[in-house]
Amino acid sequence: MDLDSLLPNLGEWLRGTGPESDIVVSTRIRLARNVLHFPFTNRATHTQKGEIAAKAKEALTKADLPCPLEFLEISNLSALDRQFLVERQLISRELATVLDGPRGVAFDGKESVSVMVNEEDHLRLQVLHSGFALDEAWQEIDRVDDAIEARLAYAFHQQFGYLTACPTNVGTGMRASVMLHLPALGITKQIDKVFRALQKINLAVRGLHGEGSRAFGDLYQISNQVTLGKSEAKILNEIREVIQTILQYERQARAAMLKERRQDEQNRVARAIGTLSSATMITSEETMELLSAVRLGIHLRLLDDLPPTTVNQLFIHTQAAHLQKLMGQPLDGEERNAARAKYLKSKLRELGSTSR
Amino acid sequence: MKCQFCQNAATVHLTKMVKGHPVKQEIHLCEPCARKHNLIPDQTTPHVDLKALLGLLLGPLQTAAPVADPSALTCPSCGLKYEEFRTEGRLGCPEEYDAFRTTLEPLLERIHRSQVHAGKLPLAMRRRNREEELKDLRRKMKAAAKAEKYEEAARIRDLIRQKEAPDGPR
Repeated sequence: MDLDSLLPNLGEWLRGTGPESDIVVSTRIRLARNVLHFPFTNRATHTQKGEIAAKAKEALTKADLPCPLEFLEISNLSALDRQFLVERQLISRELATVLDGPRGVAFDGKESVSVMVNEEDHLRLQVLHSGFALDEAWQEIDRVDDAIEARLAYAFHQQFGYLTACPTNVGTGMRASVMLHLPALGITKQIDKVFRALQKINLAVRGLHGEGSRAFGDLYQISNQVTLGKSEAKILNEIREVIQTILQYERQARAAMLKERRQDEQNRVARAIGTLSSATMITSEETMELLSAVRLGIHLRLLDDLPPTTVNQLFIHTQAAHLQKLMGQPLDGEERNAARAKYLKSKLRELGSTSR
Repeated sequence: MKCQFCQNAATVHLTKMVKGHPVKQEIHLCEPCARKHNLIPDQTTPHVDLKALLGLLLGPLQTAAPVADPSALTCPSCGLKYEEFRTEGRLGCPEEYDAFRTTLEPLLERIHRSQVHAGKLPLAMRRRNREEELKDLRRKMKAAAKAEKYEEAARIRDLIRQKEAPDGPR
């Protein structure tokens, strides 16, 4: 597959549509599965990893699925292509750079289903949907899981369920995470209160790139921690209830902002657009912070003529690997900051965006 | 009552009385620990191995201690030591869920507040369960027909048809 062909597409999770998409960017569910009769990846020999990868490739590419999966061997990919897949949320950083030996990823043309092979577990199935779509994502991943299992027997235990390398994932092996854009709760400094409450009920809050990553651009991922002792439906329901409450808080905060300090907000959004369209050097962190303001501005109708998908496009295309692919050459940090500014300037000019 | 070796509920209770000895000695343990100390042989007969019991009673006192040094456990399948798991946080192979069970169960309880899976079953297992259920229903249907409970038999027949449908309830 020529990965560059994915460049113009936004991928499922950045489609910018779906329920509650003014706040919920995307819904992701992943399942951890291991192949029967093999040690877990971290203890498997190079030969065993090769066998697992071969079996997985066979099962994944022949699985009876509505959209066929294409398998890529990570070690055959350049560092740039690996980073590109990380930015598109198709593989983890660990699979891209930390792990070694035979390992891969299979995904469909819509970039909605992806399966990592020989990550921490032999298989990490993932389904991404844009917007708040826990049920749809579950139904899809449940089918994909069955289709793969029909060709590959899993390690399963009567008492403990699906067995995983880390006991924190055992049982359902399921982690559902919902990515939220919560700028108003951030501005009004209520966000820490919300997160403290979440931790009490055993839900995790993480930044954009998962574990340990900082929350850039007011994007947060909320996910379940418990995987044992509850059914998938129950876990999903618990998350759903919590997310609905957070949505309410964010909407209240947005409404209050519009009512009490509309002008300040309008000013902030206009300045964000101003910086994005006139800077000559800009880091990806600053871009994300400014795009967060623009995204909020669009949903609060403080901006004209800018569809929400534009923000997503600018968001993905200004990340390091995407930017280098767009520019057609490798760029170091400084060069990237200049190229990013140039790209943003020309895109925003093209769109002719102005604040109200 | 808790097992004297781990945190599980004790299901094996032994009392030893020695003639002329003023106090009787008691041991309470869970089944896995009883097996580990060879008090119950691996065969199905629930016979107590007297020699092992004696050794346990006469040996150094280990009352209410956690499993005798879990760091000494080693996976018989891949050779991972429990100590390695403790430092790395990753298990070596699926067999360890049995090999380290007594130490994993309290850990799972802390992480998940549970020790038992309650979610999806693999496709193969769902099929097997369904076949067994169907077999059981057919047996019941025949028995009902034989006993001339025809309404009951018809009700079961409908249930079987419903479950036999390819997209029937799991």
